[in-house]
Amino acid sequence: MFSSVAHKKFLDKLMLAVFFTAGFITIFITIGIVYVLLSDSIEFFKEVSIKEFLTEKEWTPVFATKKFGIWPLVAGTFMIAAIAVAVSIPLGLLIAIYLSEYASVRVKEIAKPIIEFLEAIPTVVYGYFTLLFVTPILQKIVPDLEAFNSLAPGIVLGFMILPYTASMAEDAMKGVPQRIREASYALGATKLRTAVTIVIPAAVSGIVAGFILGASRAIGETMVVAIAAGMYPNLTLDPREPIQTMTGYIVQVALGDLPFGSIEYLSIFAVGLALFVIAFVFNSIALWLRSRIREVY
Amino acid sequence: MVIGTMIDSIKNLFLGASDRVSAEEKTRAMQKPEGEIKLEVKDLNFSYGDFRALKNINLNIPTKKITALIGPSGCGKTTLLRCFNRMHDLYPGSRYEGAIIFHPDGINIASPHIDLLDLRRRIGMVFQRPNPFPKSIFENVAYGLRVNGVRDKNLINERVEWALNSAALWDEVKDRLDANAYSLSGGQQQRLCIARAIAIEPDIVLFDEPTSALDPISTSKIEELIIKLKEKLTIIIVTHNMQQAARVSDYTGFMYLGELIEFDRTKKIFTVPSQKLTEDYITGRFG
Amino acid sequence: MNKKLNSRSDILFPILGFLAFLIVISFMLTLIIDVFIDGFEKIKDPSFYTSYPSRFPSQAGILSGWIGTLLVMAGAIFWSLLIGIPAGIYLEEYATKRGIFGKIETIIELNINNLAAVPAIIYGLLALGIFVYRFKFGESILTAGLTLSILMLPVIVVNTREAIRRIPRDIREGAYAVGATKWDTVRDHILPYSLGGILTGLIIAASRAIGETAPLVTIGALTFIAFLPPSPFTSEFPFIAPDKIWEVLMSPFTVLPIQIFNWVSRPQAAFQINAAAAGFVLLILTVLMNALAYYFRQKVRRKYIW
Repeated sequence: MFSSVAHKKFLDKLMLAVFFTAGFITIFITIGIVYVLLSDSIEFFKEVSIKEFLTEKEWTPVFATKKFGIWPLVAGTFMIAAIAVAVSIPLGLLIAIYLSEYASVRVKEIAKPIIEFLEAIPTVVYGYFTLLFVTPILQKIVPDLEAFNSLAPGIVLGFMILPYTASMAEDAMKGVPQRIREASYALGATKLRTAVTIVIPAAVSGIVAGFILGASRAIGETMVVAIAAGMYPNLTLDPREPIQTMTGYIVQVALGDLPFGSIEYLSIFAVGLALFVIAFVFNSIALWLRSRIREVY
Repeated sequence: MVIGTMIDSIKNLFLGASDRVSAEEKTRAMQKPEGEIKLEVKDLNFSYGDFRALKNINLNIPTKKITALIGPSGCGKTTLLRCFNRMHDLYPGSRYEGAIIFHPDGINIASPHIDLLDLRRRIGMVFQRPNPFPKSIFENVAYGLRVNGVRDKNLINERVEWALNSAALWDEVKDRLDANAYSLSGGQQQRLCIARAIAIEPDIVLFDEPTSALDPISTSKIEELIIKLKEKLTIIIVTHNMQQAARVSDYTGFMYLGELIEFDRTKKIFTVPSQKLTEDYITGRFG
Repeated sequence: MNKKLNSRSDILFPILGFLAFLIVISFMLTLIIDVFIDGFEKIKDPSFYTSYPSRFPSQAGILSGWIGTLLVMAGAIFWSLLIGIPAGIYLEEYATKRGIFGKIETIIELNINNLAAVPAIIYGLLALGIFVYRFKFGESILTAGLTLSILMLPVIVVNTREAIRRIPRDIREGAYAVGATKWDTVRDHILPYSLGGILTGLIIAASRAIGETAPLVTIGALTFIAFLPPSPFTSEFPFIAPDKIWEVLMSPFTVLPIQIFNWVSRPQAAFQINAAAAGFVLLILTVLMNALAYYFRQKVRRKYIW
């Protein structure tokens, strides 16, 4: 009644090979990223010394006298990220405590997808909204706010990263076992007191991991800053002035025609490498923090 | 003398049925069943990772009889059962030593070179919780035939009907073979799983606590069914319900801490066990 | 006194938290309404959807943009089906985490976790350096599809694994117990029962990718395309011309987000109407895709209750 299953075993082995290959290929993405960033950056550093790259205070690759000091770009990037985080943390924490400790299941079911949708909105639409809605309104409040500035994109990015700061914080707080809360309620503590003195400290690694991933997302975000922050490398701490971020610079150069191997072409890989390293460090810290949660319970 | 055996059994409780048991006593505890032998377990040791779950098991499973494995939870009875169809191999880190000879061919089930697909076709299994596939009733039973290369539609229809009949389920489902298996009750689902196991005409069917998730009425139906099935099949059943073992089985093995303590005809085990530990378990002194 | 203050905090705080949530909702609504009002003139104009970009804002449309988006997304989804979903299946169903293969599996896993955190624009640099210049795929639809599929990969792998993980062990053992091979089990059980969850992940990933702009800017998406890729369909059997498909893959492209970016950056205010209108179209697409994913997820949860 039963036929030979030799071909079945062969097919089984073949499919194992197919699935393994698919998994294995994904390694080449990282290898490709590291290879491209390193090899083109090395070419770049043959023409511009690493010392200049790290110590020069001006970034003027399109001028006649080209200067390649990355600090203005780094400063612009971190300033925007700092504004975003400053907006996002209080807002995110308030929402997270509310959703995790007070809100009913129904409110939560509606609120979570809405908050997570903030990440799905195309960034170019955020960029439009920042440049043509948020900045004009802010100009009425903040004196001397220029048309391109870091304040407006920072605020908008603060909302954009709420899926990390609010939603991930809520997940972390939800992970705190109910029995710990009940112990606190049994002693007569209010929900808020329990949240602040028990739940948040217990979930702190997860919450901070969310903040860091949010910051990392803000650092890597491109379109909002390319559209609304200006294209002016500017070593400043004034959020009203136009600036340029690392990502903004890459977009600016890429918009022009790029001859393969030119100094402009190479420079975006050097900037990309710096960005990649920063993102990698942030992500590693966040992953480390999250792995600590698992150890606790 | 009485005190001596008491001390022995207490020691046994703490130390595990130890190596102190004399060789003579061991042979007394392991009765060879009458009739043809289906499975011959020789010095079987099984471990996963660093944990040695089965220790020096020696056992003969008789053909077309029901053999029950009993013992407290964690004693290794399910582990032993899952050696017979090498279910452990689905998970990394399992290691077999010794042999399980599958008669009459004489192949060694515990050998690393054995054809697992063929083995599992010939040794079926019914699980603790009914686990039908979320497919139609018909497809559930036909699945084993299909993966074993049966293409002939008439043959499949015929075998499905036969299997459902043998599992005492045909009359209840013959008008809704296309319905999803999850529309059946728990007891019906378990009988469907039995039909799925026997549709491919295995030599042996392993039952792993098949009624632990069922109500008493479904349980008695399954028990009747198992007794009926021994006309055609060799059956090994793991149960933590001693009454069940007493009701359905011809032979019973009592296991404790990874060792087989005693194996004999069920009647004998439940009336005059040769080992103190078996007696203590059966009379409910622990377990 | 102190106690009173404490219990009052449990009334005040939820109000504060709810207000914070309201701020977020009003932010989102303002964004959607702003884009809608700004672009209304063009959104209601049918010729906006059937015209090429133009120097004259009043005549400019998004025809090449949405066709480009369609083609690039088709490519991205194709690669995801070919690599992303099988990779997820491998990690969840095949990986044993033992021996040499186990080491490779750990590397694959770590690698995908890290890819999730790489800024999108870095993928653009990867595509520029590898696909455009080293593989010589050029600034083409093929390159764009590959780039977006890499972006989608981590989301797809995570969702595929979660969908598979939800299938109980009993089901697999039931299949193996009657002599099924691993592939039998994957084909007959794992894939069918997790398909809904896998598709949900695919849609979510695609909804993120469809609005992605930065990596496509770096690989040189054009902003001004007044033609469409050649049609690969023919009137004769087999109705599709293989050499034409290659031509489509290698043709230059634009996509909706690039079109929007270009229009926002123009000084003339009239172009901003176009930007808003196209932005609204893109926004609606993402809303629809997310709603579809949400619906799928609910449906799957109800279909298989293990």
